[in-house]
Amino acid sequence: MFRYILKRSLGALPTLLVIMTLAFFLIRLAPGGPFDSERPVLPEIAANLERAYHLDQPLPVQYGYYLLNILQGDFGPSFKYKDHTVSELIAEGFPVSLQLGLSAMLLALLVGIPAGMLAALRQNQPLDHAVMALAMTGITIPNFVMAPLLALVFGVFLHWLPVAGWDGGWKSAVLPVVALALPQIAYAARMMRASMLETLGSPHIRTAFAKGLPLRLVLWRHVLKGALLPLVSWLGPATAAIITGSVVIEQIFSIPGIGRHFVQGALNRDYTLVMGVVVFYGGLIIVMNLLVDVVYGLLDPRVRYE
Amino acid sequence: MRILPLLLLSLCFAHSPLVLAETVLKRGNGAEPETLDIHKSSGVSEANIQRDMLEGLVTEGADGKLQPGVAEKWDISADGKVYTFHLRSDSKWSDGSPVTADDFVYAYRRALAPATASDYAFILWPIDGAEAFSKGEQQDPAQIGVKAVNPQTLEIRLKAPTPYFLGLLMHHMAYPVPQKVVEKAGKDWLKPENILCNGAYCLSEWVPQSHVKLVKNPHYRDARDISIDTVHYIPTEDQNTELKRYRAGELDITYDVPADQIKSVREEMAESFRSTPYIGTYYYALNLQNPPFKDNPKLRRALSLALDRDILTGKITQSDEIPAWGWVPAVSDYTQQSMEEKALDKTARTALAKQLYTESGYSDDKPLELEILYNTSDNNKKLAIAVAAMWKQTLGVKASLRNEEWKVYLSSRKQKQFQVVRSGWIGDYDDAYNFLSIFKSDVGEMNTSGYQSTEFDRLVKESETQTDPKLRREAMEQAERVLLADMPVIPIYHYTTQHLVSPRVTGWQDNVMDVHKTRYLGLK
Repeated sequence: MFRYILKRSLGALPTLLVIMTLAFFLIRLAPGGPFDSERPVLPEIAANLERAYHLDQPLPVQYGYYLLNILQGDFGPSFKYKDHTVSELIAEGFPVSLQLGLSAMLLALLVGIPAGMLAALRQNQPLDHAVMALAMTGITIPNFVMAPLLALVFGVFLHWLPVAGWDGGWKSAVLPVVALALPQIAYAARMMRASMLETLGSPHIRTAFAKGLPLRLVLWRHVLKGALLPLVSWLGPATAAIITGSVVIEQIFSIPGIGRHFVQGALNRDYTLVMGVVVFYGGLIIVMNLLVDVVYGLLDPRVRYE
Repeated sequence: MRILPLLLLSLCFAHSPLVLAETVLKRGNGAEPETLDIHKSSGVSEANIQRDMLEGLVTEGADGKLQPGVAEKWDISADGKVYTFHLRSDSKWSDGSPVTADDFVYAYRRALAPATASDYAFILWPIDGAEAFSKGEQQDPAQIGVKAVNPQTLEIRLKAPTPYFLGLLMHHMAYPVPQKVVEKAGKDWLKPENILCNGAYCLSEWVPQSHVKLVKNPHYRDARDISIDTVHYIPTEDQNTELKRYRAGELDITYDVPADQIKSVREEMAESFRSTPYIGTYYYALNLQNPPFKDNPKLRRALSLALDRDILTGKITQSDEIPAWGWVPAVSDYTQQSMEEKALDKTARTALAKQLYTESGYSDDKPLELEILYNTSDNNKKLAIAVAAMWKQTLGVKASLRNEEWKVYLSSRKQKQFQVVRSGWIGDYDDAYNFLSIFKSDVGEMNTSGYQSTEFDRLVKESETQTDPKLRREAMEQAERVLLADMPVIPIYHYTTQHLVSPRVTGWQDNVMDVHKTRYLGLK
């Protein structure tokens, strides 16, 4: 198992390098530069700026510098937020994004799994239809529509919760977490329902019932374990979805996470910031997928690490 | 799985209720500040914060107009080239140490140093030797015409009389910086634990994308008369979110109002809504380096006359903009100029537009085809569609639209890859020169159209050195008339600024510079 993790981690390095290289050259391909603004910068001043940020060097040289710095754990200075380095921005923003993402993921699991179970146990009955209809709505309404709606109802009309902002308290977290979790709740519920139904129909469950075991025991001991497996493998893509979702949610709720840096960085041609966030996200997703595979193996004895 | 309850708990207890014992003002502030370094920033959001933290030799009053700052008085030499500033004895940094003339000398040298790479270095270029130093042509900072005669006296030598020089000194590029801190802490001088301020407030906390918190500087000379203790500048990049936060009472002042909401806001929140002319012009620049606009003033005028600006602002943009018949917006000591045809009624104008269009060689059989470039935004798009429709209807011009993402658009504009491009110009200081100087033939990229006119250049040059205010003003007004006759750009409207200001806020005065220092504000 240790060897497996080591092997996978080493295998991730070339992946990261490819991501980095592609991102580096792709963002440079985009027209315009970090220092273009509505008021054109005088040529002499532009030269000063480019010198200060090594943009006057040929691209491959800049790339070399960048790789060297990354090896030393230095993402460089942000071109736009001149008082901060990229590492500082990520270090300040990530805990917030993490809190937001983890809470949303927890909520998705805590609500989605029971909902899916209920629906499966009442298959084709009104409750099932209701849950699935809600889930379908959750999936189809994009979060950039849902988020402002929630803010309008609970913030502006009812005054229960703040409309935007993030003060570290639970109140300011409720709306963004719910908005971010809703589609994932829906996915989790649908997936749970499907896998429950599949498991319920399998021979070992039929045997369990035939032995006269009570429903609760069968559910907890036999059904749940099998039915949860597909959900575990869904956690990988779900993490990615929550990360990309938080890019939108952070923007709408003015949350100081790193998702906003990603979008704003790209729009501002803040090369180093975009690169930093890309590398960081890339690494994060690779790690999450690895974790999911490991957990999967622990739950499913049929999986063997080689 | 045992980690779950823990995480939930941590979520619940992370909440720490804010106890508000002091007067706290919450201001929406648009974009997240790029930097608070006065020599490296270029945006409005940054300037709003810096204006509260640092104070120059002269500063803005509640009405945005010039008044004495760190300098209580100044003398100007007869030739208009030497300014001697006498500094207040009670002007202090936030640690209680005095603000001296040397702080200014140090700040201006830093502002101009090529290594600082300041976008706005040109603000100080009227100072003797400043431009050469900034461009790296000469390396001795002592050659810059800024000298501390003694700790209370600062002498600034200019390379030529510059009548608007005092106005420039209100700009953040001309604030002092605390030499001892900058030298010791380097780029970390702005961290709350290091920074010293000489303005009414000082930085206490900066959480990126969340807020910048300033607290009152006890050593500021008027500290006792200032009623706001703490001000939070809250980034509000999304205007709709900002409006919601204002409605929910989370903000006292907004940075802006979403254009499509102005109508309803004006009705529902009349006591909060503020709309004021701003020192800026929204315009379409025509590319004079290539046909069809090169050497073709008649065509340029035809296009300009074919636009019904009242409809464009009244029905399309609907944000209280002022239809622009001239280039320079309402600024101090200047009579706004307008195209001669403003006096005509619409029918006569349309007829004239058609006549000029035909005279420049186009007709229904041979219509002008052109492309309008704009940066992606709803407002720009609506306006471009309306402009294209007016040109089509009145003249038969076939205009197509091209929108580009902001940085792509800037790059196209820089390389003059356009026929007609939407642009905007916001003044840095309250003087018409700010608007006229960008059409001099030698300013490079800033002259979006590539306009060249010896007559215009001569008049603007004359205004640069003319020390008699009346003659200077006349030269500038005449220059604008030349510009409007040549029509290298089609002015569309003069900007306005919109804010929602809570009825609780006192001391707010609308002004053309849209400058509202917190020290003048209060909360009921």
